[in-house]
Amino acid sequence: MSIGRRRRLHSLVIGLVTAAAVTAAVLGAGLLVASRSPFDTAFAAQRGAHLTVQTTTPGTGREVAGAVATSGPYGTRVVGFEGPPGLPGPSMTVVARSDPGGAVDRVELTAGRWATGPGELVMGRGVFLVPLGEKLTTHDGVVLTVVGLARSVSATANAWVAPAALDALGGPDGYQTLYRFAAASTPAEVEADRAAVAASLPPGAVTGVRSWLDVRQDAVEEAAVFVPFLVAFALLGILMAVLVVGTVVAGTVGAATRRIGILKALGCTPAGVVRAYIAQALVPGAVGALAGAVAGNLIALPVLAQTEEIYGSAGAAIAWWVTLLAAGGVLAVVAVTAWAAALRAGRLRVVDALAVGRVTGPATGRWAARLAARLPVSRPIGLGLARPFARPVRTAAILLAVATGAAAATFATGLGSSLVRIQSAVQQDDADVLVMGEAAGAAIAAQPGTRASYGMAQAPAMLAGLNDPVGLSVFSGDPAWDGFVMASGRWFSAPGEAVASAPLLAAAGARVGDTVTLQVEGRPVRLRVVGEVFETHPSVLTDVATVPGLPPMEFHVALTDGTNASAYASALSSQGFEAHPAGAEIDPLLAVVQGLTATLTLLLLAVAALGVLNMLVLDLRDRVHDLGVHKALGMTPRQTIAMVVASVAGVGLLGGLIGVPAGIAVQRMVVPAMAASAGLRLPGSLLDVYGPVLLGALALGGPLIALAGALLPAGWAARTRTAVALRTE
Amino acid sequence: MNDPVIDLRGVTRRYDDGPPALHDVSLAVKPGECVAVLGPSGSGKSTLLNLIAGLDRPDEGTVTVAGTRVETLGEAASARFRRAYVGLVFQFFNLLDDLTVLDNVLLPAHLAGAARRESREHATGLLATLGIGRHADAYPGRLSGGEKQRVAVARALVNRPALLLADEPTGALDTASGEDVRDLLNDLRDGGQTIVLVTHDLRLAEACATRTVGMRDGRVES
Ligand SMILES: Nc1ncnc2c1ncn2[C@@H]1O[C@H](COP(=O)(O)OP(=O)(O)OP(=O)(O)O)[C@@H](O)[C@H]1O
Ligand SMILES: [Mg+2]
Repeated sequence: MSIGRRRRLHSLVIGLVTAAAVTAAVLGAGLLVASRSPFDTAFAAQRGAHLTVQTTTPGTGREVAGAVATSGPYGTRVVGFEGPPGLPGPSMTVVARSDPGGAVDRVELTAGRWATGPGELVMGRGVFLVPLGEKLTTHDGVVLTVVGLARSVSATANAWVAPAALDALGGPDGYQTLYRFAAASTPAEVEADRAAVAASLPPGAVTGVRSWLDVRQDAVEEAAVFVPFLVAFALLGILMAVLVVGTVVAGTVGAATRRIGILKALGCTPAGVVRAYIAQALVPGAVGALAGAVAGNLIALPVLAQTEEIYGSAGAAIAWWVTLLAAGGVLAVVAVTAWAAALRAGRLRVVDALAVGRVTGPATGRWAARLAARLPVSRPIGLGLARPFARPVRTAAILLAVATGAAAATFATGLGSSLVRIQSAVQQDDADVLVMGEAAGAAIAAQPGTRASYGMAQAPAMLAGLNDPVGLSVFSGDPAWDGFVMASGRWFSAPGEAVASAPLLAAAGARVGDTVTLQVEGRPVRLRVVGEVFETHPSVLTDVATVPGLPPMEFHVALTDGTNASAYASALSSQGFEAHPAGAEIDPLLAVVQGLTATLTLLLLAVAALGVLNMLVLDLRDRVHDLGVHKALGMTPRQTIAMVVASVAGVGLLGGLIGVPAGIAVQRMVVPAMAASAGLRLPGSLLDVYGPVLLGALALGGPLIALAGALLPAGWAARTRTAVALRTE
Repeated sequence: MNDPVIDLRGVTRRYDDGPPALHDVSLAVKPGECVAVLGPSGSGKSTLLNLIAGLDRPDEGTVTVAGTRVETLGEAASARFRRAYVGLVFQFFNLLDDLTVLDNVLLPAHLAGAARRESREHATGLLATLGIGRHADAYPGRLSGGEKQRVAVARALVNRPALLLADEPTGALDTASGEDVRDLLNDLRDGGQTIVLVTHDLRLAEACATRTVGMRDGRVES
C-alpha cells in the first residue's frame, strides 16, 4: 500500500462525507427558506392583500391609518352550483371585478381571458378544478361558462365575474375590500392594521377579516412538512462528518508520528504542522462541499417544482446564501474537527516522536488477546476478535460510524412506513369500486363479489364561532375497513354519537366525551363526540341515522379476491348507477419525501461503510509488519480475510444494537414534528411501525455495514506481499 | 531419502531497476546439512531465503523444497507449505507484541489447525528446552534480545519443520546473546535439523555450518 493510495482514499472519504453533510444541510435549510420565498415573491408581484375585509355595506368609511393601497369594495356572493348528477354541488365565493389588475391583489390570468359579459366566469385555482370552457349551473338555473383561469396569491375568491353578471346571480350579499399596509410583517402589526380598519368603519359592518399571514401559513404548509426530517438527516450527516474527519486526521497523525518528529527536528513549528493537517482535510472537504452544494440544489428541484405548482410565477430555487451558509458551516465543522484531531501532532515532543517505533507494543487489550487465544474458535478469528480492544478509540469511531448508519436506515424505514400509513389513513383509499346514486346500496348488496361496502354522504355544516364550514360525513354500514384510524376513543355506535378530527376539536374547543352542536342546512344537530379520528381537516363523522335528510350518495365497495373491479363497475353501470374502479393515487409529495429519504439514507450508509473502510485501512497500515509476520508463519489469504472481518464483526453487531434504538428515537421525534408542522397530532398506531421482523432485519444492518467496509481492506491485507511487508518498518 | 531438501536451479530474481538481486543461482541442500550463506550487504542473501520460504517468486528457474515446487504455489498453498515444512527466524525477531511468549510460539500451530492441547504441551516443552520456560506467560517486550531470539526459534520449530531458515539470527544481539543462539543452533544441527543460515558473523558460520556458501552481486561463489 503506497502512501499515495492511502492519501487518495482518505481524501475520498473526507470529500464524500462532507458532500453528504452539505447535501442534507442545503436541502434542510434551503427548503425551509424556499418554502416561504415563492409565496413571498408571488405575493409581492401581485401586490397581495395584507388584509381581506368582508363587510355588509359597500361604504369604504374613513381613511385607514397605515394603509398604502386599497382595492374595492367589490360585491361578493356565495353561490351554490349544481354538482354532477346525484351529488351536492360546490358553494363558491364569487367576487365581482371588472378587471384583474388594480392597486391590490393583481390577479394573474393563467389561461383564457377575464370575464366581461353575463354568463361568463373566471375560475380561481384552489379546491375546485374546473377546466376552461366548462359550463356551470347555479342552483337558481343560471348558466356560466368558464372563460378564464386565474390565480390570486391572496386567495380572495373562488371565482370572479363581471360586476353586471353578479346582479344576474342575485346581487351581492356582501362586500370585499383589500388593503396593503406600510407595516404588516408580524402578527402584532397585522393586528394593529386590523384595528385601524375596524375603526374606520361603522360598528357591526365588518363580518370577516383575513390576514395574509394565515394565507401564507396555509400555502407553505406543504413544503414545511419536509423540514423536520431534512434537519434530522442534516444532523446525522454532520455527526458523521465530525466522526470520519476526526478519525481520519487523528489516524494520519498517529501513523506519521515519526515523520512529524523529523519535520520538527528540522525546524517546522507546531502550528505549521497543525496547519498542514487542517489543509489536508480542508482541500478534499472543500471539493466535497462543492459537490454537496450542487447535489443539494439539484435534489431540491423536484421538491420546489411541487411548491412552484401552487404559485406558478416564481422561478423557485434554493437561495444562494443558504447554499453558501450550509456549505461554509459544514466546512467550518470539518476544519474545527481536523484542528482538534491534529493538535496532538503539534504538541508531540520530538524525542518521543522519534523514539516511537519498535520499542514496546500497546499495553491495551492484552487481556482480550489472551482470552481470545483460549476461545474455541479458529485462531485467525480469535486474533480478529481481540483486535478492537487494542485500539479502543479507533474501535469507538467504527462503532459510531456503524451506529449512525444503522440509525439512518432505521429512521428512514420508519419514516417511510409512517408516511404510507398516514397517507392511507387520510385518503381512506382501500375501496376497490366507487358507486354513486341514492339507491345503490341494495344493488351493491345484491351484486356478487361484494366483500364489504358502506355508503356515505357529505355536507358542509356550521360550528358556532367558526366562519368556515366544517365537513360532515354520515355513514351507513361499517366503514371501519377503509383505513380510518382512531387517535383516541372509539368509533360511533349509537345514534347521536360521532367521531371528530383534531382540527375540529381544536376549533370547537372540545374534547372526546363533549357534546357539540352543528348547524346542518339550518337545523341544529347535537352530537356526542366519542372518539377522535385521524383526519387533516376539521370534520365530523357520524351515522346516517343521526342526521335526517342526508341519504348516502356515494358507496365504497371492497371486492372479494378474484373479482374484477372493472367488470363489477360496469355491471352496476348497466343498472343505471355511476360506478368506476377506485385507483389509489400516489401523493406526489409522498413520492418526493420517499425519494429524498432513500437518497439520503443510501448516502449515509455509503459514508458509514466508507468510514469503516477508512479506519480499517488506517489500522492495517499500522499493522502491515505484523501481517507480514502472520503470513510468514503460514497464515493463508483466507485466514487473513477471516481475521480482518472478525475484527469488525463484533463492533458491527454492537453498532446495529445501538443504532436501531437511536433511529427509532429519531423517528419518534421527527414524524410527530412533521405532522405538527401540518397541524396534526399522530395516533400511536401510525408511529409504531417497527415489527419484530423489521427490527431484526435492521439490527443486521450494523454487521452488514461493517462487512461492506471490511471486505476491501481485508482483500488488500490478504494480498499484501509478505516479503515487502516484512521490510516495512 | 538422500534427495536434497532444497534444490534451486538457475534462479534469477530481478527488481524494477538495477542488476538482478539473484542471477542464475543453483544450490542444493541435503537433509541434516547446516548451510551458512555468507556475503556482503546487498549481495542477495535475504532474497535467496525469501525464495526458499515461498515469500517471493523467482523470475526464472525453479525452487524445489521438500519435493514441492515452491515457485508454482499460490498464496494460500504457499502459506500451507510454510506451515508444514519451513520455520523462519528473523534478525529483528518479529514477535507479536500483544501476544504472550507462549501464544507467539503457538501461533503457527494454531494457524495450521493443530490439536490445541498437544501443541501446547509441545510448545511448553520447546520453551523449557530452550531455557526460557519461566517466561512463557510474559510479553515479548520485557525479554532481552537473546531471549527474544530463543522465542523466535521456538516459534519456528513448533510445527516440526523439515527446514529451519534463519536470516542474521545474531545480527541484533550482543556477543553473549549471540553465543547463546550459536549454541542453540549447534544443538539443533546435532539433532539432525536441516538449517540454512544467513549471516555476516564468520564465527557463527564456522561454529555451526557443515558447509558455507559465499554470495556476491547476486551470484553464488564456490
Ligand atoms: N522489494 C525490493 N524492491 C527493490 N529492490 C529490492 C527489494 N528487495 C531487495 N532489493 C534489492 O535486491 C538486492 C539484494 O537485497 P537483499 O535484501 O537480498 O540483500 P542482503 O544480501 O540480504 O543484504 P543485507 O546483508 O544488507 O541484508 C539489493 O540491492 C536490494 O536493494
Ligand atoms: Mg538481508
